[in-house]
Amino acid sequence: MTHQEALLTLTLRLGDDPLILGHRLGEWCSKAPILEEDLALTNMALDLIGRAEVILRYAAEVEGKGQTEDDLAYRRGERRFYNHLLVEQPNGNFANTIARQLFISAYESFYYTELMNSKDATLSAIAHKAIKEIKYHLKHASDWTIRLGDGTEESHHKMQEAINELWMYTGELFETDDIDEQMSESGIAPLPAELFGKWKSLMIDILSEAKLSLPDEGFMQTGSRQGVHTEYLGYILADMQYLQRAYPDAKW
Amino acid sequence: MENVKDTQWPIWEVFIQSQPGTPYKHAGSVHGSDKEIAMQNARDTYFRRNEGTSIWLVPTDCIIASNPDDAEMFFDPSNDKAYRHPTFYTMPEGALNI
Repeated sequence: MTHQEALLTLTLRLGDDPLILGHRLGEWCSKAPILEEDLALTNMALDLIGRAEVILRYAAEVEGKGQTEDDLAYRRGERRFYNHLLVEQPNGNFANTIARQLFISAYESFYYTELMNSKDATLSAIAHKAIKEIKYHLKHASDWTIRLGDGTEESHHKMQEAINELWMYTGELFETDDIDEQMSESGIAPLPAELFGKWKSLMIDILSEAKLSLPDEGFMQTGSRQGVHTEYLGYILADMQYLQRAYPDAKW
Repeated sequence: MENVKDTQWPIWEVFIQSQPGTPYKHAGSVHGSDKEIAMQNARDTYFRRNEGTSIWLVPTDCIIASNPDDAEMFFDPSNDKAYRHPTFYTMPEGALNI
């Protein structure tokens, strides 16, 4: 694989996570448990969409075919999306949303810390900006995990169920393939597999403070590195891409 | 209304400092189950567009407010005593603000 092809896949992977998760968090708008939380979740959605925009703009530039970040977001087929399966999972109840956010934000906090040292100046600059937002998302998610886990009997039960249900999507975060190897050798991006130890020990700390138990490693879902997704991504894209597909180049 | 229970979390008053060294100003209030959640909610509600650099939070029931019934007794007596205002001095030349 050429350097350019590998860099394109890497940037699509990095851009699609915040794009899809931002879309998911945006679905909470006007439906969150309280007004302040409605603002918090949609604030995070805006952080994520902003990050997706700059990364996909860079992906379009790397691709060099004259596409824009909007083309990549609104006119790309499902099989060419490379977000982790975790972020396309439905919002569920508030605990499901918090568990999903905890897993991904903890992962991103380690990934983007390494990405700040990237030899690719654009990715390094993006990482420096994103890490501040990621730290806040992680604080928000871990504070809520602790309060729900160590809260009432019902909140504890729901939080533990959410952790258990989403656990099988965490293995994929640390999958490392040829593209990651190639990018790591060029000093552009970290190897996901190397972040697992730190991630797991953070999960142990947070979950034990929350009086929750860490599931066994068990069966892990896989597929998104090759563009194979769960049934949910198609619906998200139908929602997100409908307008551009039905009325190409529509203007306000 | 006596059967209507307040299911919202406690209220906190939010004070924001727009830049270091300036006084904190009251911005509004937020709900929060405890001080950490209240702080996050204050940040998400009042600091979305570069409003400031620092936050103070005070539980609303810790604010002691004057009673509106006392307004006459508290505030009116100072109305008609112009000599309480330092407006009878000549400004020294060159002093911009006193």
